[in-house]
Amino acid sequence: MDSATSELPARMPLDDAAETGLKIVVVGGFGVGKTTLVRSVSEIRPLNTEEVMTQAGVGVDETDGLVTKTTTTVAFDFGRISLNERMVLYLFGAPGQERFWFLWDRLFSGTLGAVVLVDTRRMSDSWYAVDRLEHHRTPFVVAVNRFDDDASSFSLDEIRQALSLSDDVPLIDCDARVRSSGKRVLITLVDHLYELAMAREMTP
Amino acid sequence: MIRKPVDIGFPDRLYMVTGGRSRADDTTFDLVTLIVSESAPTAGLQSEHVRILELCRHPTAVVEVSAELRMPVTVVRILLADLHAMGRISARHPHGSRPAASLPDSVLLKEVLHGLRNL
Ligand SMILES: Nc1nc2c(ncn2[C@@H]2O[C@H](COP(=O)(O)OP(=O)(O)OP(=O)(O)O)[C@@H](O)[C@H]2O)c(=O)[nH]1
Ligand SMILES: [Mg+2]
Repeated sequence: MDSATSELPARMPLDDAAETGLKIVVVGGFGVGKTTLVRSVSEIRPLNTEEVMTQAGVGVDETDGLVTKTTTTVAFDFGRISLNERMVLYLFGAPGQERFWFLWDRLFSGTLGAVVLVDTRRMSDSWYAVDRLEHHRTPFVVAVNRFDDDASSFSLDEIRQALSLSDDVPLIDCDARVRSSGKRVLITLVDHLYELAMAREMTP
Repeated sequence: MIRKPVDIGFPDRLYMVTGGRSRADDTTFDLVTLIVSESAPTAGLQSEHVRILELCRHPTAVVEVSAELRMPVTVVRILLADLHAMGRISARHPHGSRPAASLPDSVLLKEVLHGLRNL
């Protein structure tokens, strides 16, 4: 069966020749299907962990012991795809809300690119993510996770307009539960990254 | 200066694990840096260090170590820095993790595409 219902192994060691870790981030609002997408393409059951973030570390004086910074713990989940013996791709599912921006800054550094998952019933949840990615100059694609009870059925053109996406941002439909669909989302992203890289390399 | 656990936001247990340090200073480990043990655990090592050495007999990403140990990535980085300083682990850093990180080139991306298509 093509869906992600079969049990994935919790632990499976990488090839001893593995040397290059790569990152792709999946962002989107609450319940949009981030974990579902990660699970459908991952070779391991998605694992969960957390970062303890120090926020607004300004004005902290290490010498007098007066520590005013606040810390927040942010959870995120991830899956893994061994691309070949040497290369392994990690997929991170990260909450898309504004208050998690500091996690994003951490996750985005060195990432290949991002997938923005959109639920048309709550389109406004995606604005912040799109805005932030553009600001970061992190290349991304937008994937519309069509839920069964989505009565609106906006066309992709309407969604592109609603999100003010420029024409060069790939926008596709997907079903996060289906492996082949999740795979297609990733291929669309990396294809896009490849085109961008080629264009860059052609420019003298 | 000794900070109270509350200052760095770690629960007591994690405060103990890291000896009160709140961050890894020198070596920075990316989430997807692959860690490999260079030697088997020996007596006298802190239990968290032992677990990492056992886990990393095969290459294991920092984020996986964190998930397996059920400890925040922040804490795991400190433990890894210890082991690295002792020469107990080696780190395979990701492409473009250096400060002058360049965008991934087409050759690398082609390989990624190939890998994904073969899934
Ligand atoms: N019908 C339908 N249900 C879906 C689809 N994708 C995800 N779901 C369901 O929607 C719910 C939320 O999916 P998750 O993958 O947990 O969403 P998430 O974005 O990780 O959620 P948070 O991490 O809580 O923000 C789950 O019950 C999924 O089974 C889809 O394409 N169609
Ligand atoms: Mg989730």
